[in-house]
Amino acid sequence: MRRILTVLTMITLLFSIIVFPALAANKPPEKGEALPVINLPVPRNAEERNYLGLSGGGLFKIPQIKAHGVIVELFSMYCPFCQKDAPGVNELYRLIENSAVLKNKIKLIGIGVGNSPYEVEVFKKTYDVPFPLFPDKDFVIHKVCGEVRTPYYMVVKINEDGTHQIVHSQLGNYLGAEPFLEVVLKTLGLK
Amino acid sequence: MNKRRVLRFILLTGVLFPSVLAPVAFGLSDAYKGNIYEVGTLKSVDSVLRVKVGDRAPDFTLPSISGQKVSLSQFLEKKNVVLSFVPAAWTPVCSDQWPGYNIAKDIFNQYDAILLGITVDNIPTLFAWTNQMGQVWFPVLSDFWPHGAVAKRYGVLRSDGISERALFVIDKTGILRYIDVHDINKRPALEDLMGALEKLK
Repeated sequence: MRRILTVLTMITLLFSIIVFPALAANKPPEKGEALPVINLPVPRNAEERNYLGLSGGGLFKIPQIKAHGVIVELFSMYCPFCQKDAPGVNELYRLIENSAVLKNKIKLIGIGVGNSPYEVEVFKKTYDVPFPLFPDKDFVIHKVCGEVRTPYYMVVKINEDGTHQIVHSQLGNYLGAEPFLEVVLKTLGLK
Repeated sequence: MNKRRVLRFILLTGVLFPSVLAPVAFGLSDAYKGNIYEVGTLKSVDSVLRVKVGDRAPDFTLPSISGQKVSLSQFLEKKNVVLSFVPAAWTPVCSDQWPGYNIAKDIFNQYDAILLGITVDNIPTLFAWTNQMGQVWFPVLSDFWPHGAVAKRYGVLRSDGISERALFVIDKTGILRYIDVHDINKRPALEDLMGALEKLK
């Protein structure tokens, strides 16, 4: 009995040490840092899967996306600024996709913090969002991202050896597709 | 025995620690900058409902931010009605609830429903707050004076004078068909409300 309790205690302590920091960060991930642990479902939609260069099912991590850099937008269907920025972010996607040079180098995803799949779908449909959006219904990703306000933009550079680094992050202040793309290209070393 | 108790305590602490310390998440928009008053975690529900599904919805007339008065009875035989009580302007969860409804107008239309947003704040406060959300398409009503009278009639006025975060769906004949007095600290999922409207079809 004593041995069982000791083992249970050890497991519990380990759980607290390992899991708690993943549950709630006290600040958002910023430039110079690696991303926190973010698991996303591989899209069922083949077009989105191809866009991200993923195959199969299950979960994936952002650095597994086949690209030189990934722009991540933490948004919410309920956030007025995210709604206001949506057409401009769509334009950013089109600028990238219409460029033969950038098309396969930069990818764009959105994560709807606190949004259910239904709510993400409402946002996607309302603004005709052409890039993959993922729900974060239970705020799991929002918590590891320090419960940052929305919209929050991160540019993640993915290195050839599989490592990655956030090279740019900003809270709101989206000044339009072209100025933002300039920042993305500069911080990814593509310009 | 004492050791066993200590071990049990550690075990319980380890399990409860993350859930107790993890703050309530609400995903606040940057649109409000520093203008949101942090209220902390409140008692989830602090009132007793005075209506139930199947009852005739109590009629009311309240002033709206457009300057017009709005009565529930004016929608009789015309529209299904969703009453969305939110606790207070300029607070975290409330500020991120109506902006979602604001982009769901098509879905409300699909169910032939009108949304009436209600708080116990006064008109100038509601005017400034909803302007921060962008223009809202639905009437925003003030249950300020007599303070919280409508919220009280429905049984969603809390002991501190604010209302619950509550949704009422009323069909075209004026009958209450759905009630969700939600945990005040959390935002109700949109699909639950739309599911209730779907049942009116």
